[in-house]
Amino acid sequence: MSKLSNKERMKIPRQNMPEQDSLTRRNNFGEVNLGFTEELAKMEALRCIQCPKPTCVEGCPVGVKIRDFISLVAEGDYLGAAAKIKEDNMLPAVCGRVCPQEEQCEIKCIVGKKNEPVAIGRLERFVADYERDLVGIRTPQLKPKTGKKVAIIGSGPAGLSCAGDLIQMGHDVTVFEALHELGGVLIYGIPEFRLPKDIVKAEVESLKKLGVDFQTNAVIGFTDTVDELMANGYDSVFIAVGAGLPYFLKIEGENLNGVYSANEFLTRVNLMKAYLFPEYDTPVFHVKDKNVAVFGGGNTAMDAVRTSKRLGAKNAYIIYRRSDVEMPARKEEIHHAKEEGIEFLFLSNPVEFIGDKDGWLKGVKLQKMELGEPDASGRRRPIPVAGSEYIIDIDMAVIAIGNGSNPIIQKTTPDLQYNKWGNIVVNEQTMQTSKKGVFAGGDIVTGGATVILAMGAGRKAAAAINEYLKSSN
Amino acid sequence: MYKILSAEFIAPNVKKLVIEAPKIARKRQAGQFVIIRTSDNGERVPLTIADSNLDEGSITIIVQGIGKTTKELNAHEQGDYILDVVGPLGKPSHIEKFGVAVSIGGGVGTAIAYPTAVALKRAGNYTISIIGGRSKEYVILEDEMKKVCDEVFVTTDDGSYGYHGFVTQKLKELIDAKRQIDFVLAIGPIPMMRAVAEVTRKPKIKTVVSLNPIMVDGTGMCGGCRATVDNKTVFVCVDGPEFDAHKVDFETLERRNRTYKSDEETALNNYMCRSEEAMLKAANQK
Ligand SMILES: Cc1cc2nc3c(=O)[nH]c(=O)nc-3n(C[C@H](O)[C@H](O)[C@H](O)COP(=O)(O)OP(=O)(O)OC[C@H]3O[C@@H](n4cnc5c(N)ncnc54)[C@H](O)[C@@H]3O)c2cc1C
Ligand code: FES
Repeated sequence: MSKLSNKERMKIPRQNMPEQDSLTRRNNFGEVNLGFTEELAKMEALRCIQCPKPTCVEGCPVGVKIRDFISLVAEGDYLGAAAKIKEDNMLPAVCGRVCPQEEQCEIKCIVGKKNEPVAIGRLERFVADYERDLVGIRTPQLKPKTGKKVAIIGSGPAGLSCAGDLIQMGHDVTVFEALHELGGVLIYGIPEFRLPKDIVKAEVESLKKLGVDFQTNAVIGFTDTVDELMANGYDSVFIAVGAGLPYFLKIEGENLNGVYSANEFLTRVNLMKAYLFPEYDTPVFHVKDKNVAVFGGGNTAMDAVRTSKRLGAKNAYIIYRRSDVEMPARKEEIHHAKEEGIEFLFLSNPVEFIGDKDGWLKGVKLQKMELGEPDASGRRRPIPVAGSEYIIDIDMAVIAIGNGSNPIIQKTTPDLQYNKWGNIVVNEQTMQTSKKGVFAGGDIVTGGATVILAMGAGRKAAAAINEYLKSSN
Repeated sequence: MYKILSAEFIAPNVKKLVIEAPKIARKRQAGQFVIIRTSDNGERVPLTIADSNLDEGSITIIVQGIGKTTKELNAHEQGDYILDVVGPLGKPSHIEKFGVAVSIGGGVGTAIAYPTAVALKRAGNYTISIIGGRSKEYVILEDEMKKVCDEVFVTTDDGSYGYHGFVTQKLKELIDAKRQIDFVLAIGPIPMMRAVAEVTRKPKIKTVVSLNPIMVDGTGMCGGCRATVDNKTVFVCVDGPEFDAHKVDFETLERRNRTYKSDEETALNNYMCRSEEAMLKAANQK
């Protein structure tokens, strides 16, 4: 590959990833993106100019050796590339699909300064899928057993990655999960059309093969408390329970029939498979030929609105109180949503839900907003415009304005230190909490964030737990 | 998988299931519930824990076969397994020595009121229970209640057994007769709980009801179970299920519970058709 000059490399256009046509895909739950072929992947990898000091790596929250894995792709050594990524990222098939690359690695890409950046996410996804399809997920060598036991609470990306590292270090690991399925938001939140559940299941299966013990239907705090786990033979506990307490708008009419939190709507459809009702028992509001409004501008909002379109909604709106540039969702999701016919109402804030005489949602009163000075988040603060209220007809509403932290652990483990939002306070280097032997990471520490940050936190905690277990001999 | 240690009908369409679940049995307190899923395609349904047995590590649930899942549960026999049982969920009943405590159970509500009646008795209350049913065969747990309560009144709507009338009428008689009552717990269909709340509102008797909204996760993650209490939104699965009866917005609860009415009928019809087909097939094979 050294045959190409940088100039020649820069001439290769960014390769498009094949995807389902937007008119077809909005009627099915199959994955939207279809992934690179080998040819496309190689071609894309050739666009990388192999910087001596790769800035893309700085943009990656877990420091994946991006340049090195891309060079392996260009050479056609896909399994080598997969192994290279896995030195730093346990879940490349997931992260290649859901990471906000455009604001992490790809924004730092030098090629991107003049042209479009190298499609790092698409290459990561290709490599991970290649490995899984060819050899299944390869299971690494385990260190000799240490006889130490670790309890992990929650099976989202933070819990799974922590479990993967600890089992390789030779510790016994039990993961306790409140729901009947494993994977956290990857299973109950992010829809099939963006992250096929088989991929998450394969990751879980590989951990099972390594000997991780998974206990579903275990709500820690109720079934056992953190203290009981410590008293019952666990040497250390990692709390990775996610955010998981939906915020509501706190406006009139919010308890009308047809108003959902994004968590409920997505859980019904993804985890409980309501889109296959009555083959599956769990129903969800029938949106076919109805109007749906989703409130919020993040990934969750995009997932909810695109799900409603797939369930047959006539008009599906995103209603967001700021403008399009402030929307926190991945650019690709916004782009896909627009292609699928989602309508965006910017600078609009709901003030009241309106119901019919039987208590079913019929409309929402919106108020126009304008943008003022930047607020604490650096985004311009929306300010209501007096007298600008208007009403639109909707039959279902989904509220996707974020999550607080679920209080079950807090209520049953009062001696842990929390901040005022109910997030667990940790030492950021070690993820150690205020309680001896207890570590925490992922959304329960940061508030709703990203898969890659949760995974990184899980790995950091695993390293610190390993040290802790060694020193507590 | 959770093994069913025993299964018997205790009233028409009402089955008592004893399920092996040692952890839940050890932890559960009066007023708490479990969520059950019967199959890979199944929905998650909340059911109150009626009793537990520490020696055999079991919990008891009492199920009225109304919808698809409850009917399916009631088709289970001793030795069968239930796929998922998670709990104990919800806040335990608030138990203290009130003085005279009346536990009211309507229909299968009696099964939910029973564990709290036991706990009220243990806390030193003089306990009265009023348990009702449509007719004699629908009255459940009379013997159990008699074992723990100082007085038990049985009512039937049709007068086929005990007092002829509703549980609320019996309660009102006690109040009118100037019996001292310091606390009322009422569990049953929404109209019954609402009627009890009306009876005790004027005499200002502290009254608690256990709400039964539609749930999904049961851990506060989805907000589907929200109800309006004291003009504020609560998540019944974690903030309840028991609330001050005089502050509950029963109308909203009843309305939200109707959200999936037509789907529930579809699911039930499909299930009944399938069961019938299976029965016919079995009969033909014989
Ligand atoms: C719809 C949606 C779309 C998203 N899209 C993206 C995206 O495109 N890209 C991205 O990077 N991020 C995305 N995110 C954010 C990302 O999913 C989260 O930041 C990440 O999953 C957090 O991981 P976690 O391991 O901390 O927690 P979670 O994934 O939330 O997992 C926590 C697990 O703990 C379990 N649990 C909770 N309480 C208990 C208890 N007491 N006992 C036992 N188990 C318990 C929960 O059931 C859950 O399974 C999205 C989030 C949502 C909701
Ligand atoms: S059932 Fe989901 S929050 Fe209560």
